[in-house]
Amino acid sequence: MTKPAWTRKDLLALDQLSAEEINMLLDTAKAFKGVGERTLKKVPALRGKTLVNFFIEPSTRTRASFEIAAMRLSADVVNIAASASSLQKGETLKDTARNLESLLTDIIVIRHSSAGAAQFLAERLKASVINAGDGSHEHPTQGLLDVFTMREHFGSLQGLKVAVVGDILFSRVARSNVHALVKLGAEVTLVGPTTLVPKDLESLGVRVTHRVDDVIETTDVINLLRIQHERQRKEYFPSLGEYTALFGLTKARAARLKSDCLVMHPGPINRGVEIDSDVADGAHSVILEQVTNGLAVRMAVLYLCAGGAGV
Amino acid sequence: MTPTDETREPGATVAMDADAIRKAIRRIAHEIIEQNPDLSGVVIAGIPTRGVEVARRIAEHIEQVEGIRPEMGIVDVSMHRDDLATRGRLTAVEKTHLPFDLDGRTLVLVDDVLYTGRSCRAAMDAVASFGRPARIQLAVLVDRGHRELPIRPDFVGRNVPTEQSEKIRVRFENIDGVPDSVSVIKP
Repeated sequence: MTKPAWTRKDLLALDQLSAEEINMLLDTAKAFKGVGERTLKKVPALRGKTLVNFFIEPSTRTRASFEIAAMRLSADVVNIAASASSLQKGETLKDTARNLESLLTDIIVIRHSSAGAAQFLAERLKASVINAGDGSHEHPTQGLLDVFTMREHFGSLQGLKVAVVGDILFSRVARSNVHALVKLGAEVTLVGPTTLVPKDLESLGVRVTHRVDDVIETTDVINLLRIQHERQRKEYFPSLGEYTALFGLTKARAARLKSDCLVMHPGPINRGVEIDSDVADGAHSVILEQVTNGLAVRMAVLYLCAGGAGV
Repeated sequence: MTPTDETREPGATVAMDADAIRKAIRRIAHEIIEQNPDLSGVVIAGIPTRGVEVARRIAEHIEQVEGIRPEMGIVDVSMHRDDLATRGRLTAVEKTHLPFDLDGRTLVLVDDVLYTGRSCRAAMDAVASFGRPARIQLAVLVDRGHRELPIRPDFVGRNVPTEQSEKIRVRFENIDGVPDSVSVIKP
């Protein structure tokens, strides 16, 4: 009857976690979601700890979500943006991080354009390091909040049909989603143009198709990823218009979804590109629920990684 | 009191067997009834894991005697503890569930073992973020002493004097699959 204990100081990649660890995070997130429903939405779990939001890439939603999550846990929060940091003056990532640690920070939430940046820090610092997105590698809290939202609606992910559509190749969200979904027993199909969804992704334990119409009538969840203009150095498809025609969740396609199918999107939405505006605001959409759940998931991550005696 | 074969093990002394636990819980239920003439104003909340089971059994007895089943809740204290950083590894947190208006009610907090008092303090802190009960009472199956805070239980099943190095182990048949028992474990 002893509950399993959390043994990690860092959250770097869902690829590294077991199904048990993912479930432990999701169970804890459920408890923390309840804190948002209280009259007084703050608990003292991380009182006296300092969290640094270290965002080398721009982000509004994720940074704000971590900040609110930390505040609800009574931690003190410092935000450092790339433009304001000494990285602009040529300081290395390691030196910046060691300076942050010398200021006695307990938790570093990092977003960086290079894959492995969070891992690099975690191996060198005593502080807890939380990956808030590293290049095209992983975005573990986004993957967790996506499976949390699915679990809330369907109870279990075992056998759940999930389609992830769009820019898979460049997407850390897709990678974190795939790892979590596969570990929890979902049947994942990746959908997109051959240039962005190469067939060899099937080695991750998923199906790959280049026709969204293959999944539209049978999938339980359709997770639409943003077309990331900023990460593409060359053209991977002829035009946005053509992408929408072939892969976008238009009103006509949405009408063919199962009645209880969830439409998800990690944001920010390109309305009219990967999803029609009316569909994004429609009955299938749980896009704003995802944002609310993100807060609970990040509270759970901070609590488990940084709340205990250290590992 | 003779320990049953299932609970006999080296270093463990049975402090309460199933019958003693049943009687203690029944007495606590009667004392709650006696101290709270208006039972409709009383709500009961257990602290996970086994405090919830003690709370459920108390509520059952109250219903048998008075015909009113008090409303039940769960208060998970882990996110309110002030000693997280010294408690080692953390486990998943259960959701605090107080599905009723607390303002002006009498809340009976229930735990299986009262020791330092820190769980109870954390529970009161958690409760305060939901509302303002008129009063909070504390019921415990076992008081083992060694308080670190000025906290005193209102209802006690049994006082079990212990050394700080000893552990108290509570087992319930419907949770643990072995007969109900409270044992003192020598280090």
